[in-house]
Formats: sequence, structure tokens, C-alpha cells
Amino acid sequence: MEKLSHIQGSIVSIPVNDIDTDQIIPARFLKVTDKAGLGKAAFCDWRYMEDGETPNPEFILNNPDYEGASVLVAGDNFGCGSSREHAPWALMGAGFKAVVSTDFADIFRNNALKNGLLPVVVDVDTQQQLFSLAEEDPSTSVSVDVAAQTLTLPDGRAVRFPLDGFSKYCLLNGVDQMGYLLALDEEIQKFESNNQQRVVTMA
Amino acid sequence: MRENGKPRTLFEKVWNAHTVREQSNDSPAVLYIDLHLVHEVTSPQAFSMLRERGLAVRRPDQTIGTMDHSTPTTPRNEQGIIPVADVMAAKQLDVFSKNCKDFGIPMYALGDEHQGIVHVIGPEKGLTQPGMTIVCGDSHTSTHGAFGALAFGIGTSEVGHVLATQTLLQNKPKTMAVNVEGRLGDGVTAKDIILAIIAKIGIGGGTGYVFEYRGEAIRSLSMEGRMTVCNMSIEGGARAGMVAPDDTTFEYIQGRKHAPSGADWDGAVARWRQLPTDDGAEFDREITIRADELTPMITYGTNPGMGMPVTAAVPKPEDETDVNKKIALDKALTYMDLAPGQQLLGKAIDVVFIGSCTNSRISDLRLAADFVNGRKVAENVRMMVVPGSQQVKQQAESEGLDEIFRQAGAEWREAGCSMCIAMNGDQLQPGQYAVSTSNRNFEGRQGKGGRTFLASPLTAAASAIAGVVTDPRTMISSSF
Ligand code: SF4
Repeated sequence: MEKLSHIQGSIVSIPVNDIDTDQIIPARFLKVTDKAGLGKAAFCDWRYMEDGETPNPEFILNNPDYEGASVLVAGDNFGCGSSREHAPWALMGAGFKAVVSTDFADIFRNNALKNGLLPVVVDVDTQQQLFSLAEEDPSTSVSVDVAAQTLTLPDGRAVRFPLDGFSKYCLLNGVDQMGYLLALDEEIQKFESNNQQRVVTMA
Repeated sequence: MRENGKPRTLFEKVWNAHTVREQSNDSPAVLYIDLHLVHEVTSPQAFSMLRERGLAVRRPDQTIGTMDHSTPTTPRNEQGIIPVADVMAAKQLDVFSKNCKDFGIPMYALGDEHQGIVHVIGPEKGLTQPGMTIVCGDSHTSTHGAFGALAFGIGTSEVGHVLATQTLLQNKPKTMAVNVEGRLGDGVTAKDIILAIIAKIGIGGGTGYVFEYRGEAIRSLSMEGRMTVCNMSIEGGARAGMVAPDDTTFEYIQGRKHAPSGADWDGAVARWRQLPTDDGAEFDREITIRADELTPMITYGTNPGMGMPVTAAVPKPEDETDVNKKIALDKALTYMDLAPGQQLLGKAIDVVFIGSCTNSRISDLRLAADFVNGRKVAENVRMMVVPGSQQVKQQAESEGLDEIFRQAGAEWREAGCSMCIAMNGDQLQPGQYAVSTSNRNFEGRQGKGGRTFLASPLTAAASAIAGVVTDPRTMISSSF
């Protein structure tokens, strides 16, 4: 995983509550065996017309004014639904580095953090302010400081967001959690020898 | 099993027994995983992680694979093989076979007599047992909580972690007691309980919690009913839902392939009896619903929280005070092409889907078959019945249920996820309405532009016969 300490980028908003992973990436795109190239499937059914190819001019991500936005501001409870990690892969493939919402579904948040996509939890007022800023001026940009856990709005107001110490450490240092767990081999072995195995799938 | 005399919940007991390293300010807990279920869709990139680093699967003997999501459910050919027409799906299945073979993981391939939906086969094989930790790269892993296991869905990176280390980094969730008091009335099922709970708390209502379902109505459910309830915990935002194990649980497990036997069985049951929440243990939150007040439920919108009694009218956005909710409701009704205040009863439908890890077990199929027996599916309706596993399929066929369905004009399919996720050719056409026994009614979930009403197998079967959304109670004979 690459190190992530700062994000500076313009915002685009999808002010819809409960955006589920089937909207972020529909299941028919899950037949892949790698992570690459999923960006074009992000929000596919909202982004394209019935034919699946013609961009839907009404959908915000097709508006050239918002091209290159790297911070997605969404309605409440973002990422609910399936456990597919294809959701953060698709969002990152589409150029996003952070998603801002009032809350995130548990599995989505875990998946996002493991890939260096930052879930930023803000209060409703900040969320609404970002919605209107994005609408009024598509060039609105924000900055995020991972170490300080702050999102800074164009007016200079810095909003603090929660981030557990471990995820923060991993983001800042580009550490992936697999390495951490592999280093615990002895402890895991000890656990295994002290506890009876529950089932043997090969039996 | 009280620790220092402090009463503990079922969840805490299972959590504590699996903590390799305690949670601290610097890091989440490291949790040991007893059973890891893998399938073709969320695992390929995890196996790639292992290959890139030259790692082995630590405990292939605690891992099991099955093919379910992208597999077709169309009939076998003359050679007894289920052909995979979709090139990408075929490749994904090949990659999965190779991964399981290379890493030494036992796996049930498409068409194998034990293959099926991952959450159906775990319990069916006796792999799912009380007090275990179970994970899978699939959010409906919550299903296994019906046995008093701590079972939850994980992402692909985490699948890699478990494959390589048999552990996971987890922050300890909070607990919520979900009490379902009283008894269910006729025609009201486990599915209606969980749809009512989600309608009450909303789809984000359980975020950060593990549910423990309690109360008389839960105790009276069969294991299959409990699985239906736990299955949709995730639709309420909770990653896991649990039911304390009891005699119903033990009876279900005993004699299954991977269940303990002989003296081991007695020892296991003695351990399992220690698991239920101690009197006086505290939950972080508690909610109560009355089973005797429940009616058959149905969803009208585009998330599982948008549910109501089948006899109710679709809510009106103008009655909604919360702005965001009003917008969401407007958007949902537009997608569903429903009018505010409209009754769903009598609404014409195109498809009825009986299947998915929520409702594809033998008791679900028996319920539906009983209902359609001697009746005919309405002409405007395509009814699909998709058993959850090859074992369920065989059982149903030995009871003649397949014939009942065929006689009624329904399709009897091979086992798999099918139209629950629409990855495998089984899907709605744009604009079609389905009454579905699956768990998600998100936009496009059952096919692009398709519209889903989630309901119980009874409501689905009744609607298939009538051709319109129907309250099954109006079609149940008094002997039912
Ligand atoms: S049946 Fe549906 S919900 Fe269940 S595992 Fe398959 S796709 Fe997921």
C-alpha cells in the first residue's frame, strides 16, 4: 500500500443517503480476477444510459466541471450492502482518494482503509456545507491531513474526523496489515496449541 | 463460564475465547478464526496476494471452498455437466479451482453433489457449530450466527489475512439485544420478523453492533428460521447476528458430516451449553418487537429498510419530516414506479424468485411447495425455484417437491445464488417487478432496471399463484 498523509483535491457530491455497494459497482462487474480497470464500472448504472455506454448527462460524475475530483462527498451511511472490496477498488480506479459522509458501513470502511482510500466521517452540518459548496463552485477544493485527522474547508475551518490509531499508522507508513499479522506467528501458534481445533474441513 | 463473576454475553464469550492478542490503544484485537469459507468472487485477488509474497495457506484444514455466486443454475447437459456460457464467469471458476488445488483447500465445484451457496453448505455439513468464529468474503456470513457462532463478512484483503495467518485484526463491536417477544401468527414467518426489525431500526441502525436475537419467538423458530433471521442482520447494518444455542441447535447439528460424534459429542454439547448470555449481562443497546403483532411483510423501496406490512400503503414523501429521508423515498418510488399512498396488494408482478441464502433451504421449499401444490402459477408470472445447495435439491426431489413446482408451472433449477445477485444470467429485465425471497432490493440488484419486493417464501408463493402481490393469509386454508 502507498503512503497517504495528505490529500488536496476538488470535491464532487452525490447527496444520496445509503449508497450501497451495488450502486458503487454492480455485481455483474465482479467476475474479474484482478483489481485493475474497475474505475470505469464505478456507479455504472447511474453513470450510463440504458445501453450501458452512453454517458448520462444528468449524472454528476459526467459533468466536465467536476472532472478530476478526488474527494467524494456522499449522503449518510455510505457503502452499505455487500462485502465486495471491488467497491473501494472501483472508487480508487475512478480517481477518488477520500470519501466524506456522516457514517460508513463497517465492512466498507475496513475495506477502504486497507486500500488507502480514506473514509472521512463529518457532522451533518459539514456534510451539508460541502454539498452546497460543491454545487455552487465545482472547483471547490479541500485538504485532508491524515496525521492531524483534519479536513480543511475552503474557508479555513478545520474539521476533525475519527481514525483509529492503527489504521492511521498503516496509512501514514504505507504498512499493510498482512505484514503485521505475519509477524505474530509465534503468538498464533501458541493460541493454536492451547486451543482445540473446532472443525477439520478435510475430514 | 462467568469470568471473575461478571456476567457475560454470548458474544463476549466467543470473542474472548478467540482473542490471540487483546485490543489496545495502538492496535485492534487479533482474533483467531475457526472456519474460513471461500468462494470464487471475493477470493481471486486474495490468492494473488499470497502468490506475490510466496505465502502458503496456514490452515487449509480450516478452510473450505464452494462455487455459488457466478455459477449458472440452468439444467445439466447430457453428460451431467452444468455448462457455463459466460466466458468471464468460466474463467473466474477456473481460477478458483486452480487456487484451491494449488493451496490444498477442499472445494465443492459447480455440479458437485455437495456444492451450493456458501451459507447453506456450512450448516448443512455440520461445519457451523456453536462458539466458533467463522468468516467469509461475503456479508451474509452473519447467517451462521444462528448457531451461536460469531460469524461475519470480510473484504478480500481480509480474506488474504485469514488465508495466510488464520487471524484477523478487529475492533471489538458493541452488542445489541434484539428481543422478539410473543408468538408468530399463522402465515407469518422468520423472514417477516427480520424484515420488521430492519424496517424499525433502518439499514444503518445496527452499524457497529453485533445483534443477539432473543425472546420466545426466536426460541420457537427452527434452525432454518433462525438462519433466515441472522442472515439479514447485515441489512440492519450489523455485521453479525447471534442466537444462543439450545436443544434445537444441537438436534440440528447431531449426525451431520463434520459434527463431533461419540464422546466428543457429549463434550461439545457440554461446552456449548455454557455459551448463552448469563443472567444480568449487559448489552450496549436493547430493542423489543412483538411477534404476535407482526403480519407478513414486504418491501416497497430500494433498500431493505423500506419495508411494511403487506397490507399497508406505500408511505408518502410529503409525510416525511427528515429532508434526506424524503429525498430517498422520492428517489425510491421513482425507481420502483410506485405512487405515494399506493397499496401494493393487487400490484401485478412479473417474476417470483424463491431462493438465496435467506430462503432456499428445505423448509422454505416445503413451505412454498405446500402452497402451490394443486395450484397454477399465474400466466403473467415466471416463477423460479432455486435450491440453496445440491443437497437441498436432492432432498426436495426425494420428497417430490420438484414435481409439485413443475406441475404448478414453476422452474426448478440447479443450486446457486441465482437471481439474488444476477451475476449468472438469472436476472430481471428492466422495469420488471419481482417478489423475491432474497435479501436485497437495491437498484439493479436483480438485474439492471429490475424492481424487487422482498418477502417471505409464503408471500412469494401466494403472489405467484395470484399474479399480484398477495397477503398469503387470505389464501391459507384453516387447516394450514
Ligand atoms: S444468495 Fe445472494 S446474498 Fe446469499 S451469498 Fe449468494 S449472492 Fe450473497
